Amino acid sequence: MSEYTIHLLVCGGTGCKSRTSHAVAGNLKAEIKNQGLSDVAQVVITGCFGFCEKGPIVKIIPENTFYTQVKPEDAKEIVEEHVVKGRRVQRLLYKDTKTEKIVTDAREMERYKKQVRIALRNCGVINPENIDEYIARQGYEALGRVLTEMDPQQTIDIIKKSVVRGRGGGGFSTGTKWELTFRNKADQKYVVCNADEGDPGAFMDRSILEGDPHSVIEAMAIAGYSTGASEGLVYIRAEYPLAIERLKGAIKQAREYGLLGKNILGTDFSFDIDLRYGAGAFVCGEETALIHSMEGKRGEPTMKPPFPSVAGYLGKPTTVNNVETFANVPPILLKGHEWFSSIGTEKSKGTKVFALAGKINNVGLIEVPMGITLREVIFEIGGGIKGGKQFKAVQTGGPSGGCLTEKHLDIPIDYDNLIAAGSMMGSGGMIVMDEDDCMVDMAKFFLEFTVDESCGKCTPCRIGNKRLFELLEKIAIGNGIPEDIERLINLGNVIKDTSLCGLGQSSPNPVLAMIKNFPREYDAHVLDKKCPAGVCKALMVYEIIAENCVGCTACARACPVGAITGERKEVHTIDTGLCIKCGACMDRCKFNAVIVK
Amino acid sequence: MAKIKNLADLRKLKDQLQSGTKSGGKSEHAEELVQVKIAMATCSIASGARETMNYLVDELEKRNIDAVVTQTGCMGYCYAEPTVEVKLPGRESIVFGYVDHQKADEIIEKYIKNAIMPEGLIPVNYQKINE
Repeated sequence: MSEYTIHLLVCGGTGCKSRTSHAVAGNLKAEIKNQGLSDVAQVVITGCFGFCEKGPIVKIIPENTFYTQVKPEDAKEIVEEHVVKGRRVQRLLYKDTKTEKIVTDAREMERYKKQVRIALRNCGVINPENIDEYIARQGYEALGRVLTEMDPQQTIDIIKKSVVRGRGGGGFSTGTKWELTFRNKADQKYVVCNADEGDPGAFMDRSILEGDPHSVIEAMAIAGYSTGASEGLVYIRAEYPLAIERLKGAIKQAREYGLLGKNILGTDFSFDIDLRYGAGAFVCGEETALIHSMEGKRGEPTMKPPFPSVAGYLGKPTTVNNVETFANVPPILLKGHEWFSSIGTEKSKGTKVFALAGKINNVGLIEVPMGITLREVIFEIGGGIKGGKQFKAVQTGGPSGGCLTEKHLDIPIDYDNLIAAGSMMGSGGMIVMDEDDCMVDMAKFFLEFTVDESCGKCTPCRIGNKRLFELLEKIAIGNGIPEDIERLINLGNVIKDTSLCGLGQSSPNPVLAMIKNFPREYDAHVLDKKCPAGVCKALMVYEIIAENCVGCTACARACPVGAITGERKEVHTIDTGLCIKCGACMDRCKFNAVIVK
Repeated sequence: MAKIKNLADLRKLKDQLQSGTKSGGKSEHAEELVQVKIAMATCSIASGARETMNYLVDELEKRNIDAVVTQTGCMGYCYAEPTVEVKLPGRESIVFGYVDHQKADEIIEKYIKNAIMPEGLIPVNYQKINE
């Protein structure tokens, strides 16, 4: 093994690169060579630190020193002072923006505290197929304590006081839900884990089940003890084969250790878990539809009340909680409700897992405290917009949520603020859109999804959403009239007010939010018959500018439908009737002669 | 596996696992060995993590490097899958992204053998609550 003891990490992200991080790295290397330290210290270009506004970044390990806004000419000082003499270069250290304090260890930086991993505490840390690794990290300790030291009401009280709310999107108090089931007397009760994750772009529940299945099993057993249930069921989509495999393996291991089954840990409490597979219908994420599906009936919702806590699975009191909610339960019981409720905003406590998707650099799974701003999530943790494009909007809450724009970037994210801003928390998908995304097209995309997924039971959702979709299609092909926008809004509101379940009640949200936030873009489609983002093909016309065309025939050869004609060395023309607007001619033309209007 | 009879038993097992006196599928001297973790969620596997893992297991053995290779769940760096975390004895762990065979080879030859870092590692941007 060699003896590199010092590594100088230089950020090679787009932001830092444009601010000469490569020259910084080059100078550092040269200095190290000058000092004869080439065998001791190594300079490495890394991926983006997500800290672009303070770039270029240089981090030195093992001490974790974090230098910001490093210029190429600083290299000499860094090497002489830090590497040779072991003294930090004070003027380049990161200064906390709020406290003005100089931070010497990168792990003390706010930036590292942006993410707090509670539900994801073991994801990417332990081997999910080995129960011992879970136990080594205090796994099943919470269950043990609850069973031996607390009664159900005490357990419920801790969960209630922690103010943890349903992470599936509804945001209902988990403790209250448990208490309602606990209060209903019955010979048999059930605990159900809702793993029917259906939002496009959301994958946190799958990641938790694949990365830390025991946290969900432990929490379900705790919920069973608290509510008086001896049977747990996980409703999971059949298209999550790996999550199913890991969960099954974990259940088997827990049984072998006696952590599931009869008389758990020598107490009177018995609890076991079984799986139920969903066929991937979005509506089955709604708890009444989910229960019907588990009973072998059609996955259709029914009116509430009665709530599942009164009459759920097989007519018995049932608690239905989301995967992420369950994953939060063991840490709350281990660390106390005070700890949990110290994180977050006034009414939304703890953290939320978000799946960052779309036009964002660091597509990924993050867990952040409630109250963080969209700006921090998108531009710091997410590393900003792909290709340096302009941020346009972010869709939260999937097809049931709404889009948030530039003006919402600084509001603290929590259940209530997102609703006030016209969107919702949902299960935590965040789809980021840039200047190239058309808001009519995006609304169409989400509506097409809900039209497909509507179970068809109630009229507003079945027919109303279809009409909404047709109106959007009409606008997208340039046949819209000004009254259509009014119609979209009216019909959307009627669907929201009159649908039976959450699916219909929220399905018009994306289109309503997009009309509200981007009225001019809708007007452009309807009045000017133009798509400003250049997405709605029917509204685009390709043309060849005669002055620029040299008659090279490249475009004509590229056109897949033969819509371009013209002799060699003569000006070519596009037959707009034949043109399918694929853009191949524009890509091929070297003379900027093809334009789109 | 023997049943855990009560809370005291569970705590005893936890302590044994933490101190390394009982191996949970891991080597007893894990701290002194090279530890390699590969994110193996559905999306990682779809990006080739299984091939990467097999390659690392085979190659580390062929090249006589005593290492513990384990799988884990999603690390959250979806944009850079397959992701691999390497911890050399006495050093902080480092996360590498886009690990195909070539990158895996580089990790073994450069980082594991000589502590030279290949370019393009992923800066870890979160703390885990147990730390």
